Amino acid sequence: MPPKKNVSTPSSTSAAPSAAVATPISTPQTSHNVPSSNPISILEGIFKNYSQSTPQRTKLIDAFLGFLVITGVLQFVYCVVAGNYPFNAFLAGFSATVGQFVLTASLRIQSNPANKSEFASVSPERAFADFVFCSIILHLFCTNFIN
Amino acid sequence: MSSLEVLLKDESTRNIRRLLKVVILITIAGAAVSSRLFSVILDPWFNFRASKYLVKNGFYNFWDWFDDRTWHPLGRVTGGTLYPGLMVTSGAIYHILRMLSMPVDIRNICVLLAPAFSGLTALATYLFTKEMKDESAGLLAAAFIGIAPGYISRSVAGSYDNEAIAIFLLMFTFYLWIKALKDGSAFWGALCALFYFYMVAAWGGYVFITNMIPLHAFVLVLMGRYSPRLYVAYTSWFALGTLGSMQIPFVGFLPIRSSEHMAALGVFGLLQIVGFVEFVRDQVPSRQFKTLLKALIFIVFALSSAVLVLLTVSGVIAPWSGRFYSLWDTGYAKIHIPIIASVSEHQPTAWPAFFFDLEMLIWLFPAGIYMCFSTLQDQHVFVIIYGIMASYFAGVMVRLMLTLTPVVCVSAAIALSNILDVYLSIKTPAAPTAGAPSVNERKEKKPRVNILSAGKDSIVGVYSKASKIAVIAAFSIYLFVFVLHCTWVTSNAYSSPSVVLASRMPDGSQHIIDDYREAYYWLRKNTPDDAKIMSWWDYGYQIGGMADRTTLVDNNTWNNTHIATVGKAMSAREEVAYPILRQHDVDYVLVIFGGLLGYSGDDINKFLWMIRIAEGVWPDEVKERDFFTPHGEYRVDDGATDTMKNSLMYKMSYYNYQSLFPAGQAQDRVRNAKLPAVGPTLSILDEAFTSENWIVRIYKVKDLDNLGRDHLSAAAFDAGKKKSKRTKANKGSQRKLRVV
Repeated sequence: MPPKKNVSTPSSTSAAPSAAVATPISTPQTSHNVPSSNPISILEGIFKNYSQSTPQRTKLIDAFLGFLVITGVLQFVYCVVAGNYPFNAFLAGFSATVGQFVLTASLRIQSNPANKSEFASVSPERAFADFVFCSIILHLFCTNFIN
Repeated sequence: MSSLEVLLKDESTRNIRRLLKVVILITIAGAAVSSRLFSVILDPWFNFRASKYLVKNGFYNFWDWFDDRTWHPLGRVTGGTLYPGLMVTSGAIYHILRMLSMPVDIRNICVLLAPAFSGLTALATYLFTKEMKDESAGLLAAAFIGIAPGYISRSVAGSYDNEAIAIFLLMFTFYLWIKALKDGSAFWGALCALFYFYMVAAWGGYVFITNMIPLHAFVLVLMGRYSPRLYVAYTSWFALGTLGSMQIPFVGFLPIRSSEHMAALGVFGLLQIVGFVEFVRDQVPSRQFKTLLKALIFIVFALSSAVLVLLTVSGVIAPWSGRFYSLWDTGYAKIHIPIIASVSEHQPTAWPAFFFDLEMLIWLFPAGIYMCFSTLQDQHVFVIIYGIMASYFAGVMVRLMLTLTPVVCVSAAIALSNILDVYLSIKTPAAPTAGAPSVNERKEKKPRVNILSAGKDSIVGVYSKASKIAVIAAFSIYLFVFVLHCTWVTSNAYSSPSVVLASRMPDGSQHIIDDYREAYYWLRKNTPDDAKIMSWWDYGYQIGGMADRTTLVDNNTWNNTHIATVGKAMSAREEVAYPILRQHDVDYVLVIFGGLLGYSGDDINKFLWMIRIAEGVWPDEVKERDFFTPHGEYRVDDGATDTMKNSLMYKMSYYNYQSLFPAGQAQDRVRNAKLPAVGPTLSILDEAFTSENWIVRIYKVKDLDNLGRDHLSAAAFDAGKKKSKRTKANKGSQRKLRVV
């Protein structure tokens, strides 16, 4: 499933910018933008910026996103190691994590105050209701598919 | 002065206008339904049979239905090889009506399902076009799709086929997608996924949606129109829709295993990357960093495409299936898969067909696309892409005219409503004399002018009014002619049932030819319940539905080899065909013969496809070349080749046919050929039934000979016995021989 890998790679980085992102972000920055300072201090800056400016709720969402990424990666690794015999079970589990991840990311985008102009008709409460609705459907499909 | 204007803008008239809208939509739905009722004959018999099974045995049995009355030695796992949406829909309607204490026969529901859903299609088109422009364009589009012959052709009453509900689902899914994209709402995205799921359950053409939505998203990203709304709409659709589509047993793991679905997956990955990059861009403001990230997107995308190609080449992901591949390489089917090319609907479309099916819409269609370009928003990009893709596919295959029709209606409605917006406007420009509204001016000057002389007043105003009236009148006439054309086409071309043939007598009265049902009913009543009927696959569903007998092959052409076996038996010599018939337990063989009546869709005209399909499997036993004369002609008369004359199909079609005519004057009215004076003889089959007009001929397969001879020598022996005259001299000689 290499195409799925592309899905999980950026997601892992977006979810936990604190640790996992380290390599992709720091390399371009050190080489082009701020050659003088060392990468660790830049990372610390980003982390500080993140923890100060992000609201508590969004942090909670991010933690959940990180958890989903870990679950997905674990499942994928297990599938690679142990083989994909009940393929529908693997697919159900894996796509549950992927689907939940994108739905949660959508919730995060919609409830972000900076995106208010984009989502004129979607209030944060509405976004949460949408999230619940979509998640219920997702889990119905997954439990049906896992047999 | 502007009393009408006030009236239109007034708050209190809003309700009236809403009522008007509802009335118009109901009228359109009524027109859509009633224009489909010119003839009422149930056609795809298998769907009907499956619905009957569903209603009788319940959902779970239907899901696990193993049908042993088709594909005789093999059977068919029906639950896993059909799109259950159509049957489940009609089953649900059946039970709902029953709950409302309106017990309607399932057959009537099946017959009237397509007209009912065409009313819903009009509604969905209205909603879709409303998102594109405004409500008036939506009403126009709904009116167009209500009666456009391109759609009627597949949804007349009784055409109980998957397309009957699929076009409604197509339009409604697209509407929900546009809605989700506009609002950036996960709720609409989820609804879109649910209707996508329904569409997957209903029709194999769902692949069109699977590729249209990602293409739209991809083009939006390329245009630099990525927005968080796109991310929300697309990912919620994809995550739920893909999982949903995998619930259908016939689709199964295809969404991750086959090339047709890879575009959706690829765009899903791309959107994750783009979304992440946008996220990071907000966090770290730096110019060089942005360009680097863009490069990152590009590289990752290129890499993943390369991986995709690699996987496809190495076989992990299935390549394009033949049916879809033949859309790109238009010569592919004819060479490699004759069974796809043999269907007349899979041929390229000729120009007149576009005008025939869409009349004035076809020339308003490009204008509408142009207008979409001029007000280019996210949703207009969709119409443009849809228009381009659907035009291409409709040009390649007649059958796909069906997917083109909705976008043509939408686009033509946008164009026409733009014209009407301009020319129906009764707004007065700044200068009081210029372009005075026609209605009000008429009111003011009532004593002096009537309508005809209204053009004699001040030059500017009159000029404008006259031109407005002229344009509006012209388009009104076009619209009326459109309605006339649609009605004419529907009643004359698309309302002819395939089971009952209508012909005109010399005095103009209608003559009904009902040979099919006559023959099928004969089979139903006069053959044992477990008799196996061999016929060409075109008639498989009809035999299963109307005659209720087991068939060898049917319209669901899933096993090419089995069809080729039937083709080989039909095209081989008797002694070759007999073992095949015995091995497959065939009791009766059914052929369609139109020679007496001039019915061109008979088996002799389809015979070449049987030969080709058989040749694809047994190239050294069946050769197409042998059926042509040395000059390359396909003949059935004296000049026919020996292979042709000895083929089972030829013998079955023309058996005893010359007995209808005076000696030596047997005439085939389809091929316009004079047949040989001596008709063919059959030794392995007995004629069991021939319908009134000789259209359906049924033969019984003879049992093995009692004395163990092969049938040819047995028949020769019988024939010799008849001919021999028992003269005394002969008797004497025979006696003599016996003594010796």
